[in-house]
Amino acid sequence: MTFLKNEKKIILSLVDAPKSYVDGEIAEKISVFFKRKVLIDFISIPLEKFLNPIRDQYNSTEILKYFIFNHPIENEDKNCLIVRKDLFIPILTFVFGEAHLNGNYCIVSTHRLCERFYKRVPDTKIFRKRLLKEIVHELGHTFGLTHCINDLCVMHNSFTIEDTDRKKEYFCEECFSELDDLL
Amino acid sequence: MDKKNASILIVDDEIIVRESMKNWLEEEGYLVFVAENGDEALSVLGKKEFDLVFLDIKMPGIDGIEVLKKIKSIYPFIDVVMMTAYASIGSAVEAMKIGAYDYLTKPFDPEYLSMLVKKIISHRSLEKENVKLKERLESALKQVHIVGESDGIKKVLKAVEDVAPTDVSVLITGESGTGKEMVARAIHYSSLRRFEPLVVVSCGSLPEGLIESELFGYERGAFTGALYKKKGKFEAANGGTLFLDEIGELTPKMQVDLLRVLQEKEICRIGSNKTMKVDFRVISATNRDLKKMVEEKTFREDLFYRLNVYNIHIPPLRERKEDIPLLVEHFIKQLKRRMGKEIEGITPQALKKLMKYPWPGNVRELENAVERAFVVAHGKLITTEDFSFLGDRNPELEIPSGISLSELEKIHIEKVLEECDYNISQAAKILDIDRTTLYNKMKKYDISKK
Ligand SMILES: [Zn+2]
Ligand SMILES: [Zn+2]
Repeated sequence: MTFLKNEKKIILSLVDAPKSYVDGEIAEKISVFFKRKVLIDFISIPLEKFLNPIRDQYNSTEILKYFIFNHPIENEDKNCLIVRKDLFIPILTFVFGEAHLNGNYCIVSTHRLCERFYKRVPDTKIFRKRLLKEIVHELGHTFGLTHCINDLCVMHNSFTIEDTDRKKEYFCEECFSELDDLL
Repeated sequence: MDKKNASILIVDDEIIVRESMKNWLEEEGYLVFVAENGDEALSVLGKKEFDLVFLDIKMPGIDGIEVLKKIKSIYPFIDVVMMTAYASIGSAVEAMKIGAYDYLTKPFDPEYLSMLVKKIISHRSLEKENVKLKERLESALKQVHIVGESDGIKKVLKAVEDVAPTDVSVLITGESGTGKEMVARAIHYSSLRRFEPLVVVSCGSLPEGLIESELFGYERGAFTGALYKKKGKFEAANGGTLFLDEIGELTPKMQVDLLRVLQEKEICRIGSNKTMKVDFRVISATNRDLKKMVEEKTFREDLFYRLNVYNIHIPPLRERKEDIPLLVEHFIKQLKRRMGKEIEGITPQALKKLMKYPWPGNVRELENAVERAFVVAHGKLITTEDFSFLGDRNPELEIPSGISLSELEKIHIEKVLEECDYNISQAAKILDIDRTTLYNKMKKYDISKK
């Protein structure tokens, strides 16, 4: 595929999560959307350090900081951390993920993507679909895209899992052409 | 004002709060600046114009209340939202008296924060909005696949344009697959309510027992299984647009309930006795004949008139076949970038086939068909073969009764010639006759290329 000439990569870094979360279709689609090679990596981060016992949640801003300090990335690769813990940023009750706008780092939590969290029967297909959308969304931020008002666009902000389920895994016309200019 | 031009200042002494909130609001698309104390805030405010300030109440040095007083006296038009820990609600109330727009208790609910900022920013910019409405409408329409140049679709576009900036109720009618929800979206996204939510309710898919709790929401413990309180769709649509799809499927009881909500603009969660005001625009859609349902008394007349202040009818695809080429081109363009497959377009023969097909499932069926063909296509162009799954149901093959054998022969020859774009050799091959015979028959029946 000609578009994969880009030297820069996208690295999906799994923290205590199996490869099956992202290999196959998810990695392929991400590669097509962002026209970059996708690598899957396993990393270890002492997540307990970032647990807020009162909230029983993990501070995503601090996790990203720790990660950046310990894993400096070469030649502008984009790195997406995938963790299974529930994340928060100090000012908000929870987040599905966090990204550095126009940066190289983002993080996605699978905690609220699993049907089990909503007391329903786990479903791998639904889970992977949601995970794909959240990864594409956060990576979209690292390429400079901001939230889109079109609730079918992957860059629409999700506040609930219904928001995530409603939106598609790809970009709307406007976000797409913006991304195209940014790639 | 464009969202991207709205600027926000965050004033908080804790770096982690400033950082994470800045990052989050930047993801929302705003320009964000930070200051770590009151003095710094006032100096930043002197250098740049701001629309909104988030101000922490408890800060070392001058505290938030003092900063608020100063801001309000020097820049009375800037909206200020106070941030507080749970313990300082008292001072938050004081802040509201001084002129703060709202106060937030840490940690905030992300949805509330997002809505609040949108509300403030969009209200600040109402006048400038109208000018850009038309521009936005065009992009909204393209995004939702409302594409075409037929008179039928032009009428729909004109109607959307006329009705979007108003607040009237719209009833969208049309066969299934014509894109009723897409038209509703286009109206919402080009209306002044577009920064507020668009809430979609599919009346046909809600089970009888669930519809009430879905629409009205409930309090914790309202019934067995209500472990948490839940916002209903009416409440969720507050400020924005409520889209009621398949409105013809609404039960008689829900028709009464809906009518009451629309008249009184008030709702009450199940298990609560507190009413709350709601304000939303209603767009509804149906593929049924509501007027007939009114006559048959299966749909309430008063509700019908309340929903049908403005009617937009979307014609079926078979009545606007001239739009098929544009639609196909639009779908291929989208699929190309979604799937990263190098397909340039469609062969004239394949397009002809699509033009002839009756499309009982309308634009949605066309979209699915193009996607299916796109996936299996091998060359640079999608061919007739890639659409072979459509082949079996060509109703034009049906033979009209009371027709002579020679008339039938004429029709058949014309049809085959047209399919081959009047390539005589090819047509002769299909008809299994030689070219001279075909020429003679064309002469006999007076058939020539149209
Ligand atoms: Zn986001
Ligand atoms: Zn978008």
